[in-house]
Amino acid sequence: MTTQPYLKFEQIGMSFRRGQMATEVLRDVNLRIERGEFVSMIGHSGCGKSTLLNILGGLLKSTNGEVFLEGKVVDEPGPDRAIVFQNHSLLPWLTVYGNIAIAVDKVFGGSRGKGKTKAERHDWVMHNLELVQMAQAKDKRPHEVSGGMKQRVGIARALAMQPKVLLMDEPFGALDALTRAHLQDSVMEIHARLGNTVLMITHDVDEAVLLSDRVVMMTNGPAATIGEILPIKLARPRRRLELATDAEYARCRAAVLEFLYARHRVPARAA
Amino acid sequence: MQIAAKSASVATAVPVPESTAEIVPFRAPVRPAVERAMGIARHVLSVVLPPIIVLSITLLVWQLLCSEPGAHLPPPTKVVSDAWDFIADPFYDNGGIDKGAFWQISQSLGRVAIGFSLAAVAGIALGVLVGQSTWAMRGLDPIFQVLRTVPPLAWLPLSLAGFRHADPSALFVIFITSIWPIIINTSVGVRNIPQDYRNVAAVIRLSWWEVFYKITLPATVPYIFTGLRIGVGLSWLAIVAAEMLIGGVGIGFFIWDAWNSSRISDIIVALVYIGIVGFLLDKLIATVGHFVSHGVSAQ
Repeated sequence: MTTQPYLKFEQIGMSFRRGQMATEVLRDVNLRIERGEFVSMIGHSGCGKSTLLNILGGLLKSTNGEVFLEGKVVDEPGPDRAIVFQNHSLLPWLTVYGNIAIAVDKVFGGSRGKGKTKAERHDWVMHNLELVQMAQAKDKRPHEVSGGMKQRVGIARALAMQPKVLLMDEPFGALDALTRAHLQDSVMEIHARLGNTVLMITHDVDEAVLLSDRVVMMTNGPAATIGEILPIKLARPRRRLELATDAEYARCRAAVLEFLYARHRVPARAA
Repeated sequence: MQIAAKSASVATAVPVPESTAEIVPFRAPVRPAVERAMGIARHVLSVVLPPIIVLSITLLVWQLLCSEPGAHLPPPTKVVSDAWDFIADPFYDNGGIDKGAFWQISQSLGRVAIGFSLAAVAGIALGVLVGQSTWAMRGLDPIFQVLRTVPPLAWLPLSLAGFRHADPSALFVIFITSIWPIIINTSVGVRNIPQDYRNVAAVIRLSWWEVFYKITLPATVPYIFTGLRIGVGLSWLAIVAAEMLIGGVGIGFFIWDAWNSSRISDIIVALVYIGIVGFLLDKLIATVGHFVSHGVSAQ
């Protein structure tokens, strides 16, 4: 046995049972992720990407196999695996500040190991709001800010928990293209600054190649598994304008497209 | 253009015609204060005028119908002159049950406040329980659906038999009448809490109690207030009916007492008061609900 990886999926299998019908969604998924890595997972709808993320998040229990984070089995949700949800999932009755404070107060409140005083917690909330450039809107309620801003708050809430691994479930899927590009830049900048370990699910080939160190490509369900893993050897910081004409970028992009649309095309129904 | 392109199959560039638009400076419309005041006045009139017109016509028709010598009910003018003592001084107190409208209504409101508060607390608690458990839902929902259709007065003999005293029986009737919509709406609200909120609570590891007061309650507030609003209306219906039977000071028994001494005009005035108080109760709960559920309903 070699050195213990930071995050390890081992023989993950998942079946959903409804009455007599069992649907196998995932089979034999094995993946190792190192500390500080940015990994994207891409695949067609229904290939079980979200299921895999929810298993890592502890929101679902896999039927086979285990997930290990720093050598420990993952079996329940927790702030060390904070999730950025696709639809932001902000609590509408709390302000932007309150939405982050509820997490910070719970994770860092009290006198346990990570305990912070009230003032420290306030500073930490503000620090994370500034990180996503939302400090000026701290007293607004979610319905008073735009979709992109909501997602910024969702990211800040997840970052504020200082997770060991940050899970992002199609974080920009519901946003328009310009806002999406803007947020991708923010995420790249934050990742460069904090060095988080990130697992992101996406549908967007450009997004996957632009942001990731590795792109994990899933085969189609049922019984989906990892088809191929593509390392993206582009220097950081990456700038989208320069990459538009970069040969390596074009090659990676073509490889992902080829996987998705030539080898693992969705059967006719999707067309 | 299309035909040309088709025949020649060579695209020809067409110069953009010279711009003929001219720039007109934009002037913000300035409305004089008088005009603005007129606008507001017109708006107020359009809201206030229709009810006044309808009310006047109703009173007029009533006056005409009941003015003949043999009429069974008094016309509006006679109502006002007969019941003038009762209308003019709501605060008189001649001892016993001979008190002014204010005392009668506040006695009834006090009973509603107690019975309804108990119903609100118990109803929300039961509603949360029922909403969170599929089994509790399946077991209790049919019972609730049947019991909620039992009219308030049908509970009164049973509660008199149980409590042996008039006052707790009246409170129980209020309680049992108003609790059903509160339970049912709260449980629907709890079941409709988006899975996202539960996921957030799970990720930050809120305890059972924290989930209840930080997620469940705020997310359910609009539903709870819908239930409370229906409940308060029902409890006001119930108190008037219950007081007719149990006696004492209260607007319900006041009506019964007036009927027994043939003071028809007093009954009519009391009806108007009951209607207005019921309307105000409804508006009160709606307003509180509007403020409390500010963020949620704006979703």
